[in-house]
Amino acid sequence: MIRVENLVKQFGAKRAVNGVSFSVERGEVLGLLGPNGAGKSTTMRIITGFYPATSGRVTVGGHDVALDPIRTKALIGYLPESAPSYGDMTVHGFLSFIADLRGLSGSAKKAAVHGAVETCLLDSVLYQPIDTLSKGYRHRTCLAQAILHDPDVLILDEPTDGLDPNQKHAARELIRRMGETKAIVFSTHILEEVEAACTRAVIIDRGSVVANGTPAELKARSVTAGCVRVTLAGTAPEAAVAQFGQLPGAARAELLPSDNGTQGRVTVRVYPQRDEAGAIGAAGAALTVAVAQAAQAGGWQVQALSTEEGRLEDVFRSITLPDTVAR
Amino acid sequence: MKKHGSAFTNISGIVRRELSGYFGSPVAYVFLVIFLLMAGFLTFTVGRFFERAEASLVSFFTWHPWMYLFLVPAVGMRLWSEERRLGTLELLLTLPVTLPQVIIGKFLASWIFLAIALALTCPVWLTVNVLGSPDNGAILTAYLGSLLLAGSFLAITSMTSAMTRNQAVSFILSVMICLLLVIAGYSPVTDLLTRWTSPAVVSAVASFSVMTHFDALQRGVIDLRDVGFFLSVIGFALFGNAVIVRGLRAG
Repeated sequence: MIRVENLVKQFGAKRAVNGVSFSVERGEVLGLLGPNGAGKSTTMRIITGFYPATSGRVTVGGHDVALDPIRTKALIGYLPESAPSYGDMTVHGFLSFIADLRGLSGSAKKAAVHGAVETCLLDSVLYQPIDTLSKGYRHRTCLAQAILHDPDVLILDEPTDGLDPNQKHAARELIRRMGETKAIVFSTHILEEVEAACTRAVIIDRGSVVANGTPAELKARSVTAGCVRVTLAGTAPEAAVAQFGQLPGAARAELLPSDNGTQGRVTVRVYPQRDEAGAIGAAGAALTVAVAQAAQAGGWQVQALSTEEGRLEDVFRSITLPDTVAR
Repeated sequence: MKKHGSAFTNISGIVRRELSGYFGSPVAYVFLVIFLLMAGFLTFTVGRFFERAEASLVSFFTWHPWMYLFLVPAVGMRLWSEERRLGTLELLLTLPVTLPQVIIGKFLASWIFLAIALALTCPVWLTVNVLGSPDNGAILTAYLGSLLLAGSFLAITSMTSAMTRNQAVSFILSVMICLLLVIAGYSPVTDLLTRWTSPAVVSAVASFSVMTHFDALQRGVIDLRDVGFFLSVIGFALFGNAVIVRGLRAG
């Protein structure tokens, strides 16, 4: 549905977007991640036709945004950053206005406004001026505006910003549900949101795509992915670390700072050996079993044993802050 | 399902929103009252309507350029600056409408509002008809000229409004530009100019002034060149408006 090819956007001397490419199909929810100022909002503004691109191409549903803006805009529902709306209008007046400009009229318009109000839970404030609403309601009003015409493509710039935890949860559920039939791109700073709602994540840093994969694939790139974490009782910490570090397939072992020594418990993380590409070998994959057997052989009591999936946050930080983390 | 409307439905949607914005706030009614009070004061007290003992509305229409100089920028100053300040410009321009449709819709809504204000001055017209028998054709022409004059100032205000997020700045800019267009043909100023330059230069400068073209219409003379002047000021300013809004997005 959405194809972004080699997108470049220059603001004066600053290159906000530098060769971004990705594509999103129907049924996919793409999470756009990146530090502040990485070019997420600019990319979304180009896709929605607000900014013209300096070079590169965006097509939505086969229509080029630059050549056929009206037809592409008709396919897109857009929630801009900070969710703007006309404060002097009522929620109903605002949604009716948007429906007018979406070419809806009569019963189709009524049904569209009603549906959006229902989905975004705006019934109780329908005839209140938007200015008088709380931030959560204002945000949902703007979201209702985006989904009003049941678009094939949704572009949501920080859709959960400023919502309380319950509203955040509801918004994520809504995005996940709508993502089954639409192509959705949303940006966020909240990494758990990516795991909760996305089928794929793209990380942008300084205008370029630095990672593109499913949340699980990205997590596997974390240094702690595939590590074995074991909590033992009845052993000296040094002995356990030395023993586990020598296991076949283990690169090294380290003592974790959580309740070391207190009540005789020790938590150790064992890193698997990786080849140059970062892949874990067969011995590394069997590390959990090896750790369990070594503990048994040493007569240590195993209280907890798990294989770590890796953390998105570690990946995010190692990719977007190469200068500080790599050294 | 068709998901975008025709040019007409888009423009009328924008016109209705803007008009409901005007009448939804008390500011509009305050504006109408000030406009009518000023028109009455200038016509009857300053313009000496009764002392003139003429069956005409000259003392009413003479003041319009000066009245519009401040009142029209006050009506139009928020047209684009407010959209920029609130961020709704992004919303509006990512809807399936073209920029000219938005510009024309916003302009028309404010122009309709000004036309309503102007129409509410009809008691003046009734008064002169009760007291005497004026040339109603001439009065109608003068009303048309007044509406065109208001439209020209409004288009300029719409353009300056797109230049800034700040309504006050947009107000001052448009007052300054409109003032130039007024005084370039205001006789005390042109008289002064003739002392330094040739009459040809003065009349060339004066031909750019709204006063020169409004005077003829006010006297009841419909000259297509005068009407064309106002329409081209409107067209030029709205074109400038489009260039400015496009420039905002080009970066």
